[in-house]
Amino acid sequence: MEFISAENVSFYYDTDDEQQNSVRQYALNGVDLEIKKGEFVALLGHNGCGKSTMAKQLNAMLTPVGGDIFVDSVNTKDDKKTFDIRRKVGLVLQNPDNQLVASVVEEDVAFGPENLGIEPKEIRRRVDKALKDVDMSEYSKHSPSKLSGGQKQRVAIAGIIAMEPDCIVLDEPTAMLDPKGRQEVLDAVIKLNKENKITIVLITHYMDEAVLADRVVVMDKGKILTQGTPQEVFSQVQLLKKHRLDVPQGTELAYKLKCSGANIDKMPLTDGECIEMLEGILG
Amino acid sequence: MVRDVTLGQYFPGNGLIHRTDPRVKIVLLIAFIVLIFCTFNYYALALTAAVTLLIVLLSGVPIKMYLKSLKVIIFIVVLTSLLNLFYSGGEPIWQWGFLKVTAEGINRAVFITVRIISLILATSALTFTTSPTDLTDALERLMKPLKVFHIKVHEIAMMMTIALRFIPTLLEETDKIMQAQKARGADMESGNMFKRVKALVPVLIPLFVSSFRRAYDLATAMECRCYQGGDGRTRMKILHMRKSDYTVTAFMILVTGGVILCNILFQTVV
Repeated sequence: MEFISAENVSFYYDTDDEQQNSVRQYALNGVDLEIKKGEFVALLGHNGCGKSTMAKQLNAMLTPVGGDIFVDSVNTKDDKKTFDIRRKVGLVLQNPDNQLVASVVEEDVAFGPENLGIEPKEIRRRVDKALKDVDMSEYSKHSPSKLSGGQKQRVAIAGIIAMEPDCIVLDEPTAMLDPKGRQEVLDAVIKLNKENKITIVLITHYMDEAVLADRVVVMDKGKILTQGTPQEVFSQVQLLKKHRLDVPQGTELAYKLKCSGANIDKMPLTDGECIEMLEGILG
Repeated sequence: MVRDVTLGQYFPGNGLIHRTDPRVKIVLLIAFIVLIFCTFNYYALALTAAVTLLIVLLSGVPIKMYLKSLKVIIFIVVLTSLLNLFYSGGEPIWQWGFLKVTAEGINRAVFITVRIISLILATSALTFTTSPTDLTDALERLMKPLKVFHIKVHEIAMMMTIALRFIPTLLEETDKIMQAQKARGADMESGNMFKRVKALVPVLIPLFVSSFRRAYDLATAMECRCYQGGDGRTRMKILHMRKSDYTVTAFMILVTGGVILCNILFQTVV
């Protein structure tokens, strides 16, 4: 069995409709998903497609009402293993301001390991290493309120890696950041995946972020619409457009050129690939 | 505007008092305050006042900061000393209408003034030389024995930590909301007291709503990081008593001895 495997997972929220009747709104409706160790998966979808719900399912913050999720062969419904699962799968949320606990950076990073009851010396080592991994060592004594958004989000990530998880799920970590902060966070995430071999599940609606992943999973209305390498997924421009999803700008340009008769066999994903393609066409 | 408010009164430094263990500082401060109010003649009073001055000088914090903290309570000092001056019993030395000054009144006024000023200076020395984080941390450790009485020490400390963490964030947010409401034409600077308080409602409501959203997010984030209360939790920082801590403690014990001796040897005045 893969590191994380979701089998026919469904989940609903009870909400009120316009007539104040309580209705069940399915956020997840039969999701099958497997995530391998060390993989970098991007989860795409527009608002309300169930991707945030899926994120909370992966570390047992929520448990499925139908189907099962296994993390390292442990069912997330097993109450006794909840904290084991959360130690293995860390979750980083969207708003960096709301997930920092302490008023000193290094004490915030220590919060997770402290909860796990680890020896003080070992906590110290992990905190120093985690801050180094996200390139925030020089800010260890600072107050989080004085940091920029990108720096705060990196501290939040350090707080998760100090627990030495196998996998980090990031729920739109760059949605509230400026372009510079976005780049800082993405660089840190890619580094963690490549150098520390941490499995990454990046939830986003920026297409240019999804392109960086090994595999892209597109969700729509609580189901998985399509998945595959970025190349495979973004080649299906028509399918994505039909579900009101964007494709990277370069891919869209290529698609339009192809529609009007240009000879393009490989869809470009990044700006660089797009330039190459245009050079190819123009000779 | 709101952003100018500084949090706490911590004044970074590396003097002897800064380096003293925050737990030691808190315990000694409490003991010292009790001592200040257990001085019964001028010798004992002078001794505590001298020690207070020594602490103030050793703290390495500008005297201006101490004067600022005294300014806040000057009214209380004047009021209580005047009350003591005019309303004490005994033989009047000087009388004008219903106001009479007695020797006892003068003594009491001097004592209460010196005591309150010493109290404020010593307490300020603690808050100036200890960061808020160290203070909550030390309080949590000192209050640990209260667990026997089912007092949730860890939870109280956690609340203080989170409050400290979110004060700047919420101040910033208040500022933003005020700007936003002003942009919509809200008037917050004119009108009488009542009108101005009423003008704050459109600021407070969004602030409350967003605070609850933040609290919900924070709870999720804390659960994600395996928070399950104080049981089984360790701390990264371990507080060690150092040689200087013992020296400071020994010094305060000597002072206590000195005050007791003064109280025994000399005549009681108050």
